[in-house]
Amino acid sequence: MDETAELQAFRAETRAWLDANCPEEMRQPIEGDGDVCWGGRKVRFKNEAQKLWLDRMAQKGWTVPEWPKAYGGGGLSRDENKILQTEMRRIKARPPLSSFGIWMLGPALLKYGNEAQKLEHLPRIARGEIRWCQGYSEPGAGSDLASLRTSAILDGDEFVVNGQKVWTSYADRADWIFCLVRTDPSAAKHLGISFLLFDMESPGVSTSPIKLISGYSPFCQTFFDNVRVPKDNLVGQPGKGWDIAKYLLTHEREMIGGMDMGSMGRDSMHQMAKKAIGTGKSGRLKDGLLRADIVRHEIDAMAFGLTMERVKDEAKAGQGVGALSSMLKYYGTELNKQRQELLMSIGGSDSLTWEGEDRHDGDMAKTWLRSRANSIEGGTSEVQLNIIAKRVLQLPGA
Amino acid sequence: MVALVLNDEQRMVKDSADGFFASEGPVAQLRKLRDAKDADGFDRGLWAKMAEMGFAGVAIPEQFGGAGLGMVAAGLIQEAIGRNLTLSPFLSSAIVAATAIAKGGSDEQKAALLPKMASAALIVALAADESPRHAPQHVATRAEPSGNGFRLTGAKPFVLDGHVADRLIVAARTSGAEDDVAGITLFLVDPKADGVSISRRSMVDSRNAAAVTLEAVQVDGADVLGTVGEGFATLEAALDAGRACLAAEMLGVSAQSFETTVDYLKQREQFGQKIGSFQALQHRAAHLFCEVELARSVTLKALTALDSGDARAPFYVSLAKAKAGDVAKLATNEAVQMHGGIGMTDEYDIGFFMKRARAAGETFGDGAFHGDRVARLLAY
Ligand SMILES: Cc1cc2nc3c(=O)[nH]c(=O)nc-3n(C[C@H](O)[C@H](O)[C@H](O)COP(=O)(O)OP(=O)(O)OC[C@H]3O[C@@H](n4cnc5c(N)ncnc54)[C@H](O)[C@@H]3O)c2cc1C
Repeated sequence: MDETAELQAFRAETRAWLDANCPEEMRQPIEGDGDVCWGGRKVRFKNEAQKLWLDRMAQKGWTVPEWPKAYGGGGLSRDENKILQTEMRRIKARPPLSSFGIWMLGPALLKYGNEAQKLEHLPRIARGEIRWCQGYSEPGAGSDLASLRTSAILDGDEFVVNGQKVWTSYADRADWIFCLVRTDPSAAKHLGISFLLFDMESPGVSTSPIKLISGYSPFCQTFFDNVRVPKDNLVGQPGKGWDIAKYLLTHEREMIGGMDMGSMGRDSMHQMAKKAIGTGKSGRLKDGLLRADIVRHEIDAMAFGLTMERVKDEAKAGQGVGALSSMLKYYGTELNKQRQELLMSIGGSDSLTWEGEDRHDGDMAKTWLRSRANSIEGGTSEVQLNIIAKRVLQLPGA
Repeated sequence: MVALVLNDEQRMVKDSADGFFASEGPVAQLRKLRDAKDADGFDRGLWAKMAEMGFAGVAIPEQFGGAGLGMVAAGLIQEAIGRNLTLSPFLSSAIVAATAIAKGGSDEQKAALLPKMASAALIVALAADESPRHAPQHVATRAEPSGNGFRLTGAKPFVLDGHVADRLIVAARTSGAEDDVAGITLFLVDPKADGVSISRRSMVDSRNAAAVTLEAVQVDGADVLGTVGEGFATLEAALDAGRACLAAEMLGVSAQSFETTVDYLKQREQFGQKIGSFQALQHRAAHLFCEVELARSVTLKALTALDSGDARAPFYVSLAKAKAGDVAKLATNEAVQMHGGIGMTDEYDIGFFMKRARAAGETFGDGAFHGDRVARLLAY
């Protein structure tokens, strides 16, 4: 497709700006979570370049390129954003900021928030000043999220929140939480739920980290003991939180589904395999069975990448994504899990190292283990398949 | 053909191993050793008890102080180890190294080493693999004639339990090109000898390997295990014993993960019902049941074939290693998935099983290696 003159000009400008403004350190592959900038009050920049890159990109609104300028965004069209992303990939630029605010809360607030809420929260997300966590799951409410029991009872101008969340990613590092609470205990399951925002520094909030099988502790149990929250912090209508929750989940699912597909600036799987295993006559990978596994995976991965692109283009053209986010979440995460299995196989016994002398020892195994959660977090694979069976296929009884 | 059922003696071994490892070497012990970053990575007290029980000598002939019970019995012990994820040098020393010595060693070597191995007084480790993906004939470590023996130079990056070994069996090349089967010789090497350096690598499954390097290490002619240049057959026999036992261990890992998961399906409620009532999960559990049964059959066949000296034993061993590896991968991944969030936590044990399945699957050849070997042995 030919680019219009306008888009061509945008590409040239963008390329020049990125070349001049993206620090060299921010053009290196991301080695671990420490290289990801999550922002927030407690942010600790890894180096000066990371801070500079965030500031410069936030200044242009390019941490959230498609959000309106009034809320700290770049005001770019979909086509312009595509160009920006391609140009960033071209120089292997890291994302300046990653956050649940950008991926999840932002889109929900843009659709359901009132003007005051948008103006209060969106620019702070865009600039990386406030880091958010997601208070959905509870010990008894995982796949059956709507059975959640954390309560918020109105007392004058404030809600009083009591209850417990679990698997709250980064709760101990987040500044604010978007939280599903039950405001009407007498209403039917899905109708008594509201969507509430509050500061994690509020009295009565406490967290306790849970260690993952990968050895990291990114998620927490989160407790609320008579936490008082201004009533204006409720998004949308009381009792209508489920719609917002679901809308947000579609964004979360697309995000998780699309994660790691490109693996930012890294070698593709077959390139890694060639390096690790070597090639024989006529350039074929030496291990024939592994070669077959790799190519089958890469075919699926490429087909999936194209599907992501098509779905996004269709959404822009006004054809809703809706339940397709379940497809992207399901297929993308299953693919990523398979990818990590294959990378482990390619690495052979090297990939089993947990601790040794090298700084990166254990990275491969830890990434593999962490990826096992992809088909659980944000709604399990089984739940996604149920949604497709029900909403897309409208199968009886589903 | 030998029937694929356990005889009385084997059933007794199974009962005693199941009981012993559940009480003496449970997952909690692995967790403790891991958290303490234990220097040995296993409990020497337990290893001594394993010798008292006759487990450490299970594959060692009676005339050399072992129990001489054979591979089916060894596999039953290893299966119980897999169910409990017990840490010990059983696989590396009692199975792999003991098989190499019993098969390739001289009478003096056997008499000097095997009784001590059976009594857990001596740990011997095999230093064979040189590349991250298993390729036993790929030996670049050189053994050059020197004095009345040889001088060894090379690197062995993945020596199971090499960090605690009292003796190493090193595969080195006395002639031929890097990937030739002929020209490989096995040597007994003292890890404390000049020129040997050993660095411990702790692994994802809380087991340990060592990266061993040999820099002009002088060995005596009497330290050759078997015949010069003809070590590969012994090496393969030792590896096949190890592979068959790994299949048995993965069977134990699979069965335990499977049972834990089925229990969980009967307990956890969502949507007002037990999650085990969802047909989507029922069918997956039922499928897994079938897979575990298949893994059990191929494993028993491989072990039986080794015991009866069946010429097709290598074929059955690869069949078992490939199949049991696939099943263990599936069983442990399904286990984590069907547990949901809790399956991802370190506090819950199921993750340990997934880690062990991965490492055991990789060790001595993964599905691709053994799939290729099966095809080769079927001549296609
Ligand atoms: C790494 C990680 C990070 C997370 N981060 C967050 C976070 O930041 N915030 C947050 O709120 N939550 C978070 N979660 C929680 C996650 O959303 C839940 O774990 C998930 O929704 C599953 O719930 P559960 O763990 O209770 O499992 P369950 O719901 O108990 O599921 C157990 C098993 O049963 C299956 N199952 C359940 N119902 C059905 C059905 N009807 N049909 C077929 N199968 C079914 C499931 O698919 C699963 O395999 C995180 C989880 C992980 C692992």
